[in-house]
Amino acid sequence: MNALIPQLINLFAAVILILAFAMLSQRRILNLIHLYTWQGLAVVGSTTVVAYVTDQHHLYYSAALTMALKVILIPWMLHRLINRLNVRWDIETLVNIPTLMIVGIALVVFAFNVALPISRFSETVAHGTLGIALACVLLSFLMMITRAKAVPQVIGFLAMENALFLAATSATYGMPMVVELGIALDVLVGILIMGVFMFQIREQFDSLDISHLEKLKED
Amino acid sequence: MSISGFLSQLLAIIVALVLAPLLMGWVNQWRAWLQNRTAPGLLQPYRMLNKLFHKESIVAETASPIFRLAPYIVFGCMVLACAIIPTLSTDLPMSPAADAIALVGLFAVARVFISLAAMDIGTAFGSLGARREMLIGFLAEPALLAILFNASLISNSTALTSIVEYLAHKEFAIYPSLAFAGIAFTMVSFAENARVPVDNPATHLELTMIHEALILEYSGRHLALIEWAVALKLFAYSCIGLALFFPWGIAEAEAPVVLIFALPALVLKLAVGGFLLALIETLSAKMRIFRVPEFLATAFLLAVIGMLVHFLLGA
Repeated sequence: MNALIPQLINLFAAVILILAFAMLSQRRILNLIHLYTWQGLAVVGSTTVVAYVTDQHHLYYSAALTMALKVILIPWMLHRLINRLNVRWDIETLVNIPTLMIVGIALVVFAFNVALPISRFSETVAHGTLGIALACVLLSFLMMITRAKAVPQVIGFLAMENALFLAATSATYGMPMVVELGIALDVLVGILIMGVFMFQIREQFDSLDISHLEKLKED
Repeated sequence: MSISGFLSQLLAIIVALVLAPLLMGWVNQWRAWLQNRTAPGLLQPYRMLNKLFHKESIVAETASPIFRLAPYIVFGCMVLACAIIPTLSTDLPMSPAADAIALVGLFAVARVFISLAAMDIGTAFGSLGARREMLIGFLAEPALLAILFNASLISNSTALTSIVEYLAHKEFAIYPSLAFAGIAFTMVSFAENARVPVDNPATHLELTMIHEALILEYSGRHLALIEWAVALKLFAYSCIGLALFFPWGIAEAEAPVVLIFALPALVLKLAVGGFLLALIETLSAKMRIFRVPEFLATAFLLAVIGMLVHFLLGA
């Protein structure tokens, strides 16, 4: 039984990585939000298991916080946002997904190599997942870089926050509660502000394409 | 070769030959129900095979011997594949003859011959189908190999029987790399078996069909053999999936009595798998042919990540 628990944590981490790749190659905004919700759920699962095995009560609280925020509140806000922006069925024209995937693989190899010496010194039960968490951070970066529209970029940002949270639980059993609450609040406020920004962008350019922002510079 | 080994080998082949059309009928029935159509009977594939075997087979004037030989080669490859995949028992005397890599090779031989036969007649649709089939095949093969390597890394063997023995009978453990391999395998088997996201098995619209275009010229017993081989291929892929990811209930060499329970377990697992196949086929739309390389590249990369994850977490 005890041997199974670290494996279960690894499984959750692997699911989060799969979902990161799925988000990287997903064209539909609606599906992106669904994938983000599932990723949040996997983070909750892994945090709960770590909390159970290490008997750290504050991790239960952060799991509950993640559940409320990243599985319920933020997806709900995103759904409302895409309804009001009327981009619910939008499909982004992503060119060359295979190349994107190969870059993704290279990032995963890089992240695993970087994380190996760090996790060797770590004594925590989930030290193996640090590499996966790092890979997810880099993949979310890649997603933010390659997307042209505003909403997928925001989702990439949120996915990166998920991955950072996973890295924190795997390396050090989570951050102090104050920091965690602060980050949670930051993300929430960030979403609100970015929502307002998106409305402004669309009002100005009649489109959510970020590349239009280049027109703002003065000649 | 021991008597029990011989018996279980014989049983595996007979079960494959008998159950494969039944699985096809089951999937078709669920597909029809899920799409609000009246379903054909469960035994419809057997009736079709019976009808085709009694019909005269007509061969085009320009056909070379390859055209006549291809159905037998394809059918033989699929029977051999079913013989070396541990469906009911891991006590298979034929399995040392071919490991997981040779299994992929067997599927490749069948693919090459069916494509040659399609091009042999010289019709436009035949060569169109053959080209598409080879496009999908050459992308699906490395993905399938990478998936099998995932399982090989865990059990340190490429022989399918030892992989299954390791996964089913060692202490239960969760392997995250198999989660990647499982998703990749699902994608590859849809492509290899000409199911909906890649190809529609029920289509008769010439421009979109891949597999159907290959066998347009066949009739009579040749067509029956090919249809049977298609059913066997679906059965073989389902059994590889079940053996790698849900290996419980397969009998070991030391305990042949478990064979009694292995058959109901297999039928149950195939029934659930067939229903899920029909469900996914109903829910998804057919892809454009140029999306298929993307789809299969994703499968391959997932399998590669599975191996990387195995090294990271195993180190």
